[in-house]
Amino acid sequence: MWLRNLLASAMVLGIYSLLMAALWVVLDAVDVAFTEAAVGAGVTTVLMLLAIALTGREEKRTRTKPWVPLAVSLTTAGLLVYATLGMPAFGIADAPAQLHVAPYYLQHGQAETGVPNVVTAVLASYRGFDTLGEVTVIFTAGMGVLVLLGSATRRRRRVPASAEKDSA
Amino acid sequence: MSDFLVLKVMAKILIPFILLFGFYVQMHGDYGPGGGFQAGVIVAAAFILYAIVFEIGTARRVAPMAVLVSIACLGVLLYAGVGVANLIYGGRFLEYGVLAHEAAHGNHIGILIVEIGVGMTVAAVMMIIFFSFARRR
Repeated sequence: MWLRNLLASAMVLGIYSLLMAALWVVLDAVDVAFTEAAVGAGVTTVLMLLAIALTGREEKRTRTKPWVPLAVSLTTAGLLVYATLGMPAFGIADAPAQLHVAPYYLQHGQAETGVPNVVTAVLASYRGFDTLGEVTVIFTAGMGVLVLLGSATRRRRRVPASAEKDSA
Repeated sequence: MSDFLVLKVMAKILIPFILLFGFYVQMHGDYGPGGGFQAGVIVAAAFILYAIVFEIGTARRVAPMAVLVSIACLGVLLYAGVGVANLIYGGRFLEYGVLAHEAAHGNHIGILIVEIGVGMTVAAVMMIIFFSFARRR
């Protein structure tokens, strides 16, 4: 699909995200589907639209042809597709992912945590440290945006013009 | 923006239910799909919908930036605080079992509190990002 209109591109990305969410539902990963629909299709699209509203609707026409990035993308894609050939067959019972800690979580998760949803048990309890890290990452991202795009107390107004030019 | 009557009426009807659904996802995450991340995004989406369809000034007055920043900080602190509380109760960091007499019960309480912390941070950060972007216009 070849689009120069960035608004349309953002919409296509949102639709793609929603389709991925449907795919997760088909694969029985409802928690992931939920996140994909809420974050990927919802908030990300809104943020894209805001960014487009700030910058402009049309992609700039460039005279140079993007051969090098295209080659890098295609090579990476090719390598990734090649790597999938080494993966265990889809849904096979003795894949490494099914044999390591997953059976333990499924068998003992509810008894140990009192939480019927295994995904929540793994996310918040067994892998609680990782989730703390994730929350810190989100927090840091918010603070980063705040520092870059404006402060909590509207101190931006008093910044001298030269500093404004640098930040823009 | 005063022309889009259908959008405004629909948004007005939908926003309370979006918020309610957000809180349901937050508190029900241990029984069904969902949890703090999804609930935070849904609650933020209700505010963002209001800011887009109606006016952003009112949304910003309801959720001022200083309050959002405090909520984002409190969420992370709540999460880490549960870990520290476990240390005080004699467990390891984020070992929720020590919060109650039974390990499973303590785990359940710990997961609930931690998810609330996640939800607070995610909702506040999503709104911070949205308002910061929208302010530049």
